[in-house]
Amino acid sequence: MIRMMFGELRKLRRKTLLIPTLIGVVLLTAFFTSFVFLRVHSGKPNGARGVLITNDFLSGKNGLVYGFQIMGFFLGIVALCVFASQTAQEYSLGTLRNILVRQPSRLKVLIGKYFAMAFFTIWLELAAAVCALSISFVLAPRSAISTSAWMSASGLQLLGETFINIFLGTLAFGTLGMILGLLFRSPITSISIGVLWCLILENILGAVISSTTKWLPGANFANISQGGTSIISYQRSLATSGTYLIFGAIVVAILFKKRDVSN
Amino acid sequence: MSDLAISVSALSKVYGERQAVAQASFEVPIGSICGFVGPNGSGKTTTMRMLLGLIKPTHGTGTVLGEDIRQPEKYLFNVGAMIEGPAFYPALSGAENLRVLASIGGFNQKRVATLLEQVGLSDRGDSKYKTYSLGMKQRLGIAAALLPHPKLLVLDEPTNGLDPSGIQEIRNLIKEMAKSGTSIFVSSHLLSELEMISDHLVMLREGKVIFTGRTHDLLAAQNPLLVVKPEFGVDLNKLVEIARKYGKKATVADGAITILGAVDWAPTFNRLAFEAGITLATISVTQPSLEETFFEMTGE
Repeated sequence: MIRMMFGELRKLRRKTLLIPTLIGVVLLTAFFTSFVFLRVHSGKPNGARGVLITNDFLSGKNGLVYGFQIMGFFLGIVALCVFASQTAQEYSLGTLRNILVRQPSRLKVLIGKYFAMAFFTIWLELAAAVCALSISFVLAPRSAISTSAWMSASGLQLLGETFINIFLGTLAFGTLGMILGLLFRSPITSISIGVLWCLILENILGAVISSTTKWLPGANFANISQGGTSIISYQRSLATSGTYLIFGAIVVAILFKKRDVSN
Repeated sequence: MSDLAISVSALSKVYGERQAVAQASFEVPIGSICGFVGPNGSGKTTTMRMLLGLIKPTHGTGTVLGEDIRQPEKYLFNVGAMIEGPAFYPALSGAENLRVLASIGGFNQKRVATLLEQVGLSDRGDSKYKTYSLGMKQRLGIAAALLPHPKLLVLDEPTNGLDPSGIQEIRNLIKEMAKSGTSIFVSSHLLSELEMISDHLVMLREGKVIFTGRTHDLLAAQNPLLVVKPEFGVDLNKLVEIARKYGKKATVADGAITILGAVDWAPTFNRLAFEAGITLATISVTQPSLEETFFEMTGE
């Protein structure tokens, strides 16, 4: 399992994947964080989903993590795509047979790949965190936002909690991506279905029947990244997401173990 | 430990109503080079996949290096394989692709450079796999198969896409591996190549084993061929007609006619040709090649 993880990490750290993904994450983080801080005095919506974020709010302990927190959902979508493509491409490229000849234990292959991609998620999250925090500190004085609460004990605790929540939310999206990759065995199909569901269909469903939001997987994963909301509690999202993902993981693990590798 | 590298008994694989492999039984002795031949779709790759634990047999049993094929984790660390052509990550270099597999298999990373040199890719090891020619991809596949210092090498069409010198290199490599004690189980469409290197053969047709044993025994059991070359090429068809008139099976190739199983008939044929006003330039007896035997046995 450890060997599989190191093998997978060699693949994930390739320049053509790691650098463009990091650049994309950093640019998006920079855009969202700058947007919040630069428009704080405009009186117009400057937060996620058209919310107005005020100077007072940003001067509190939440100000440090707000830009980073907005990125939680986008990091999740990136993770979904990476997990799905890295899993499904083993089928489409035919490389799965090489892997299984070198590591015949299929569960070890799955777990090793999963841990490697979880590490990849941490790299992305660290990049987003460093970018969001740096921009927040740079732009705060320009917008006359006090940063004294940011570095307080409770501010730093919130930073740690936010990092963990975003990691868990992102990992949940990634796990969904891996499940789709194993089910559909095609990178394009699994990414399309995952992104279409989380970005479009869930929003339509939530808008038409608002009560479904509590049960939709993408909404719950995003809610974990946010640390919970007044609509869905953090604990409920953890439980709902965990149930979906554990069930999905068991199904695909059984399929992966039993299926013939004939491509 | 068993003296057999591979042993399968009544091995079958059924997909829906299609029987890909039917009751296949054969043995590959340790240290031998065993050619695995059969027409396209005869079940060669399916059999190899079952030996490598990639697909599960529907029925039957088998062992590889003395271990049950249903427990591939017990023997695959001693097996190198290239199945159905090379498959690697296009965005990684050849060397990096091998390093990924070395990591997964727990092999020394230093072996990568040695293997690239062994298969003639040391100068292109850092180039991306997607820039490789078919022959280079094939060589990389063979390098990957050699990663574990294998006791058994399973190669599916290893010379696909290689030029004549590349084919010769692979032939020499296989011979060297066999000399060092590695058992080789190799399929190829180039039957002349297999005839040159393999001491054992397994022949499949429609999923069934139609021959298993020593290559020499197979070829020796075949009826010899009478090869007759007339002085003038225009007489070829007349010679074929004479042979057929007397119930002999004759074919024309390379300016000569080949008559199957008619060695004792040579003096008669010579006289008949003379009476028809045809002068024979040469008349010789030869054993059928593996290719000729294969076509005869498989009816291809």
